[in-house]
Amino acid sequence: MVTEVGRNQIVDRKPPVFVVLQLSGGNDFMSTVIPFKDPHYFEFRNTVGIPEDNALHIDGGYAFHPSMGAIKNLWDEKKVAIFPGTGYASPNRSHFRSMDIWHTANSEALSSDGWLGKTIRDLDPNKNNVVTGVSFGSGLPRAMYLSGTPAISVSELEGYGLLTDLAGRQQRQAVKAFTRMYAPEEFEEADVVWDHLGQTGIDALTGADMLKTAPPAYSSSVEYASDALSQSLKGIAQVHLSGIGTRIFYAQLGGFDVHGAQIQTQNKLLENVSRSVGDFFDDLRENNGSEEVIMMIFSEFGRRVKDNGNGTDHGSGGGTFLIGDRVNGGFYDPYPSLALEDQLDGDMQFSHDFRSIYSTVLEQWLGLNPHPIVNGNFDQFENVFDI
Amino acid sequence: MVLLKQKTDVGLVAHLMRRAAFGEPLVALEDRSSQEYESIVNGLIDVEACPRPDEDLLERHNLQHADEENPQWTRARWIYRMINSRRPLEEKVALMWHGIFATGTSKVINNRMMRTHYEMLRDHGLGNFRDLLLKLARDPAMIYWLDQQMNHADAANENFGRELLELFSMGIGNYTEEDVKECARAFTGWTESQTIPRYPNGFYDSEFVYRDEDHDDGIKSFLGETGRFNGDDIIDIIVRQPATARFVAGEIYDFFVSDNPNPEHIGQIADAFVESDYVVSEVLKFVFNSDFFKESRFQKVKSPSEVVVGTAILAGRHQTSYEFGLTMMATATRNMGQDLLNPPTVEGWHTGREWIDSSYLVERVNFASKMIGDLDAPGTAKIIERITSNRTVISPSELLDECLSEMGKISLKAPSRQIVFDELGASADLDCRSKEFNEVASQMLRLIVSSREYQFA
Repeated sequence: MVTEVGRNQIVDRKPPVFVVLQLSGGNDFMSTVIPFKDPHYFEFRNTVGIPEDNALHIDGGYAFHPSMGAIKNLWDEKKVAIFPGTGYASPNRSHFRSMDIWHTANSEALSSDGWLGKTIRDLDPNKNNVVTGVSFGSGLPRAMYLSGTPAISVSELEGYGLLTDLAGRQQRQAVKAFTRMYAPEEFEEADVVWDHLGQTGIDALTGADMLKTAPPAYSSSVEYASDALSQSLKGIAQVHLSGIGTRIFYAQLGGFDVHGAQIQTQNKLLENVSRSVGDFFDDLRENNGSEEVIMMIFSEFGRRVKDNGNGTDHGSGGGTFLIGDRVNGGFYDPYPSLALEDQLDGDMQFSHDFRSIYSTVLEQWLGLNPHPIVNGNFDQFENVFDI
Repeated sequence: MVLLKQKTDVGLVAHLMRRAAFGEPLVALEDRSSQEYESIVNGLIDVEACPRPDEDLLERHNLQHADEENPQWTRARWIYRMINSRRPLEEKVALMWHGIFATGTSKVINNRMMRTHYEMLRDHGLGNFRDLLLKLARDPAMIYWLDQQMNHADAANENFGRELLELFSMGIGNYTEEDVKECARAFTGWTESQTIPRYPNGFYDSEFVYRDEDHDDGIKSFLGETGRFNGDDIIDIIVRQPATARFVAGEIYDFFVSDNPNPEHIGQIADAFVESDYVVSEVLKFVFNSDFFKESRFQKVKSPSEVVVGTAILAGRHQTSYEFGLTMMATATRNMGQDLLNPPTVEGWHTGREWIDSSYLVERVNFASKMIGDLDAPGTAKIIERITSNRTVISPSELLDECLSEMGKISLKAPSRQIVFDELGASADLDCRSKEFNEVASQMLRLIVSSREYQFA
């Protein structure tokens, strides 16, 4: 039971921070955490199966994908929680729809309210801080959209700002005019898109002023790679360590839709994920900023149990990770059986709803009431966090 | 100045040109509006009547970029055509289909395939929808993008079969999982000639190959019909579905009319689509002549391509083959959230208000402001020249009206106008030859394109 004191200041008086890393395209969980102990693994994965010798073995007959050395190291330190069998009832195998379901935490009805948008709203109900939620990379994810709630999207931290090609009086003049042209109080008539534009413009200005303080204040011995995900996570580290109060971060990596050439593609992608996540936590630890941060890694679905000869098709059951210094490492659900009679239309059965993980994080980590955010009451996992 | 007799309201022509093309400055609109509205529409649709831009010089002036294997060059050329083509509708329709049949370089690393794919969308995008789907199913980039080369008689790969139904023709909820499987079976054996990565032979132009020995010739049940279906039979069945007409009508409405779907108007477009025997140019003619289209001014958030190309047209940029920086135009659309030839996923881009987030908005404003605010840009210079040609002094309010009009009959709401005057501190008349006039005019143009109003088409 989390106390009221604990609700808002869970970790050492530093407000808890939640980072989401989205793997787009449907990551094949079966070759991310490989169930070698299941006698059916090679039966169904006779072309894209990972050879046992190459994999990074962990307890109980499971192993990480060979390219996930950095995450394996975090696991050895007991900082990685694995949730095999994440899913939801009546699984949808469309990327589009399934990602929407994850982003809105609503599998019954179409909605445009993002679950992290609601989280940001509840973390900062008076809208005191426009940078409570910051997304890095290719645009604001639907998960962070909520009408009336600010969320900042940044492509690159360096040089981020408005009308930066102007200088002096002209720039001040133009920025002031922009501020007024996007201010709600100047206009009587309004509609949803007009208001959204206005709020986005004002938030962008305020956010840019705050975010530009982050890079000059940052120093680290960690050298991130130049790929987009590494740069996103570096940006997240910079903003987090600058202390401007961001609580929700988002980063994305695409390309996991491995219907073909799965072996080569997944090698590259999982190496990218593992290395950049390892660098990220190294950086935070070096700068005394890791205790208050957890990261969730998810994908919109998993893939079919049986491979298609060169890759795998869309399947329902996936798996989720929570990583952080305050995370109690381990497996939080049994790995679904691969036996044909245990499958669901050719997919792994799911053992928990993804909203159980959301609810666990919302209530036990962020100290929020999960019900209005995830649209219902979902069982929570216990003892995931060391708090 | 010779004033031609106007047969059509210039504001309406401006609206049509923002939607069916990428917008035009007043000087071009005045020319067009000497025709009846329907003739203007017909002129846009009858693309064969106009030549495509000559790109020979473009290649020669950009030898450092002109690399067939570099997608950035293919993007830059596309943007050059959007700016300069006398068949703008053909480019606009290619852009629409690209958002629907979203195929990209993130996976299709052979750029020759992507170039051919774009050319297919442009060459056939205004034609018969059945033919277009057939071209799409035989397009090497699409085949590779959705793993058709791995859809074998003895091991079906559902990727293309599923997306054909969900994203390209009918929409989710109009077919079963069983239909997906049967659809995939019917397309077994549809593959292309370079299924492998570039080494050892390098990339080459790939083409469609049908392998009968790898085709599952069994009986299939698809959408209630049963037979020994091959892929083209499946496309025939798909095109006949009412769901398909409605789906395509919805996409056309979303792209050309409004971000707020109106079921009644979409229904009318679907009916027109069926009546035209699924000819895209015919249904577009119906749309552009409809009252609901004419009444839909500024009801769409501009896509990044529309912002970049539209602003370049107004500023007169990249209208010559030797102007520096064409590939930067492609970078600009990417920074605003639309990396051409590289959509984020197979479902394309999220449009409408989702074009606007804080990062994208900053890019839009910075790009447009910098481009239009340069009084040496040929189009901007032309705008100023036309405004000052018949006067020596001008009031700030006249100057604003003239700028808005010259930029294609756009407008600012009353509070925005007031803010422009307040912040520019200009109240007295300006001497058109003064330094102050130039400064005010440049800032005014910048504020217009920085406004919320400018984000709408």
